[in-house]
Formats: sequence, structure tokens, C-alpha cells
Amino acid sequence: MRGQFNYSKKVLRHFRNPHNLGSIKQPDGVGEVGNMACGDVMKLYIKVEEDKIVNVKFETYGCAAAIATSSVITDLVKGKTIDEALEMTNKSVIDSLDGLPPIKIHCSLLSVDALSEAIYDYLIKSKKEIPQMLAAKHKRIETLHKH
Amino acid sequence: MQQKVYLDYAATTPVDQRVLKAMLPYFGEYIGNTMSLHQQGSLAAEAVERAREIVAKALNANTDEIVFTGSATESNNLALKGLAEANPGKKKIIISNIEHDCVEKSARWLGLRGYKIVRIGVDKEGVIDFGELNKEIDQDTLLVSVIHGNNEVGTIQDLKKIGELCSKNGVYFHTDASQSFGKEEIDVVKMKIDLLTASSHKIYGPKGVAVLYVRNGIKINPILHGGGHEGGLRSSTVNVPAIVGMGKATEISYKVRKLESYKVKQLRDKLIDGILKTVPDCWLNGSKAKRLANNVNISFARVEGESMLLELDAKGIMCSTGSACSSSSLEPSHVLLAMGLTAPEAHGSLRFSLGRWTTNKEINYVLSVLPTVVKKMRKISPYKI
Repeated sequence: MRGQFNYSKKVLRHFRNPHNLGSIKQPDGVGEVGNMACGDVMKLYIKVEEDKIVNVKFETYGCAAAIATSSVITDLVKGKTIDEALEMTNKSVIDSLDGLPPIKIHCSLLSVDALSEAIYDYLIKSKKEIPQMLAAKHKRIETLHKH
Repeated sequence: MQQKVYLDYAATTPVDQRVLKAMLPYFGEYIGNTMSLHQQGSLAAEAVERAREIVAKALNANTDEIVFTGSATESNNLALKGLAEANPGKKKIIISNIEHDCVEKSARWLGLRGYKIVRIGVDKEGVIDFGELNKEIDQDTLLVSVIHGNNEVGTIQDLKKIGELCSKNGVYFHTDASQSFGKEEIDVVKMKIDLLTASSHKIYGPKGVAVLYVRNGIKINPILHGGGHEGGLRSSTVNVPAIVGMGKATEISYKVRKLESYKVKQLRDKLIDGILKTVPDCWLNGSKAKRLANNVNISFARVEGESMLLELDAKGIMCSTGSACSSSSLEPSHVLLAMGLTAPEAHGSLRFSLGRWTTNKEINYVLSVLPTVVKKMRKISPYKI
């Protein structure tokens, strides 16, 4: 449906050869968002050392845009501190892919939600303080993407 | 060079060279407006009448029962809205819940204007519930409209049975035969069909032309008003080359129909059996027996259709999907949902539609590529077995 959706070359590149694909055996945080009924599910795994995301992997069920946004967000956060990662917006995801078709913008939001959830999970597991913004976001995501 | 395998003939077909050859003179040599009284006008009008005869004969209809329109969508709109407008006495319209969007949305449009729209369900193979239809037909029912060969899953409905039921109850019967015209046996007299939509670009004719058959004596109002072309039912300068093309395409299709259908069916079954054998966790959607000769629709568990489609496209294989992700509405196929599939099962569906030039080699290529594609997409998915 390239004609219809007109994906950028970068979206297709990430879709065909996704970066950081797979799972992490003993992750420090996992975020899973979306549901199969809607057609997109993203699962993001992070490994954190000294407040830095040293490894990140993903598994996604969904369209080309869902896979490409998952792939590109792993590139964007690898090596970033938790604070830096929390500042990530869907705009950076979209920009890094040279744009997304309007009907696929929700995929970029989903990828940022998956990241937030993985960080939330990490902070909870490591008994660290949860920033208020993140707690609120977690609440919203929980009601939004109930499985 | 990469192999290109077009398996989307149900979306549209290439124009047959013989059709193109028949059309060409009507772009240069014979350019008249059918309404003109001079020689060029007469030549154009005669060419259109010849095409009308071919289509009428194919359907076992009379020539004055054939209206040329601009698309199957227009024919379906004209059938539903035109009939409703001209027959305001009855206010109930029955359709199936696996209609093409142009029937579904025309019905919905009438629903907003005082009509009661009833949608008959289908079984898991996509065959309409005849008992439910029988029960729903009443004194107030104007029309029953049921698609002949379903465009997504290929299920073929028993038109004769529905036609007889409608005729017995004095209810008009319309069928959208866009996918079956030129391929399946259709006889409007035997099947007691009152209105029928037929398309040109699904049978190797040009786009931009279609037919609505309207049985003599049925009152129907136009939706386009103007110069009174096509017996007043479709004002617009007559698209002569396209109509000539549809005539030629119909003529060829009826000549080769049986042999072609046999050949395509062999390849279809080879593709179905091959996929079901080599790819784990997938199943055929629709009926195995009552199926369009060229339709293959398969759902793959735990993968999404658009991503499979794009991956296949990268390997030169062109097909369609019922996934929400590929639709402009972000809703999964209403046909698959009506057949009882869950949303994820519908998301994972692919439709391959074969045609006149599909080869055994192409089917072999698909069978060699598809298992790897599904495997790759499943590897990306968080849902493992």
C-alpha cells in the first residue's frame, strides 16, 4: 500500500531491516503497549547501567510504520540517560523517519508510550523515584492500551 | 531482474491487447458524440449499440435493459438510490453484511433518509443466511441486494435461490456481479434478477465503464441529470471507446470463460494447498467449493497483513490485505468480521487474486517466497507460539 500511504524511504528501510530486533534475556525494564484488536502491539526491553540505557530491543506486531517507529526509537534512546530518554517525543521519531503518513502518526505515539512504559517499569523495579509526569503518563497508557 | 508477480486481478486487470486494439479507432478515427446527427455521430452510436448487444447477450437480457455507467460504484449507487427514488411506497431495503462499500454506503445513505436497512448475516464461509433473508422479507420490502462473488473472500451466493424468493414475494432483487461477470454463469431470466451491476476493468476491459442491467418495466430514476443519454438514466457524453472496450472484453471473456476458469482454478488450488502445507498456523477464508475461480484469501496467525504485503511487494509479489492498517478507516475487513473472524485474524489476512496471465511459474515463486516472509514477520512479533 505504498501508493496509498506513501512511506518514506527511511520507513521502508527500518521496516525491511529493523534495528535492535528481539528481546533481552534479563531486562531492567519492559514496556508493552497497544493491543492486537487494533492491529499494533509494541514490546520494548531496556538494560540500564549507571542511569544510562546501554541496550534496548523490541518486538512488534503491526504494520510497516509500527515496525519502523519501534526500530528507530531504539536507535534514538540507545546510550541516552533515563532523563534524556524521557524527553523523547514522537516528533523526533517522525523526523528521524523523514515523516510518516498522517494516518500512521499514532504508531509514533505508540513507540514513545512503549519507551515510557519500559522506563516506568525499570524505575519501579529498581525502587527509584517516579517523576510525576511519568506516573501520570503510565496511568493514561494503562487505561488506553488495556490488554 | 526481479520477478514481478501481479496477483491482484480482483482489484483491477490489465487491458487485453485485443480490447485495446478494438478501442483505438474510437480515439482518432471515429470520434463522434453519440447524440450528433451526422455520420460521425451515427458511427459512434452504432459502436455503442454493438457493445450493448454483446453485454445483453452475455446476461441473457434485452439490449434496452443495459445501461452503461462510469463505474460499478456508480451502477450500485444508481440501482439502490434510483430504485428507492422511483418507488417511494416501500421503505425497507435488505442487503447482506458482506457487500462492497458502494452498496453498503448507498444503503446507509438511504437509511439516513427514512429507509429501514436490514443486513443479513453470513455463515463462517461467507454464505448468506437464507432463512434470515426469508424471514426479513415483508410487505414493506422494496429491494434485496446481495453481492454475487464476494470481492474479498470469493464466496459465491446462490442467485437463483435468492431471485426466486424475491420474485415470489414481489421484491426487487439486485446483485453486484462486479467480480463474477464474465467469469461465472449468469442468466438474469433464469435467476430472476431485476438489477445487476457488471464491471469492465475486472475482465480485462478499460476502467471508467460499467453496466447496470435494469429489467424492463422497473421504474428507476437517474442520479445524473442532463442530456438524457442511456434512456435518460445516465446523462453524460457517452464514453464510446471505453464502452467499445467493455464490449470486446465481454466477448472475449465469454468465449474463453470455461477454459480460463478451469485453468485459473487449478492454479488457485495449487496456491491454496501449497500455502496451507508450507506455512504453519494459517487457514483459508471463505468457501472452498462455492468460490470465485481466481480468489485466494488466507489468514496468518500472529502477523499483520500490511507488513506482509509490503514485504511481498519488495520481492515483486503484489496482493491485498483485509488488515485495518492498510485501510483508510483503520478498521479491519467487515467481510472477515461478518464471517466470525476476530480483529487480529482479519488483520493477518492476505488476498491473492489470479487472472488470465497467471502462470504456474508465478505460483511456484509465491510458494517459495511466502513461508520466509511470514517467518520473518513472526520473528518481529512479540507473540510466539
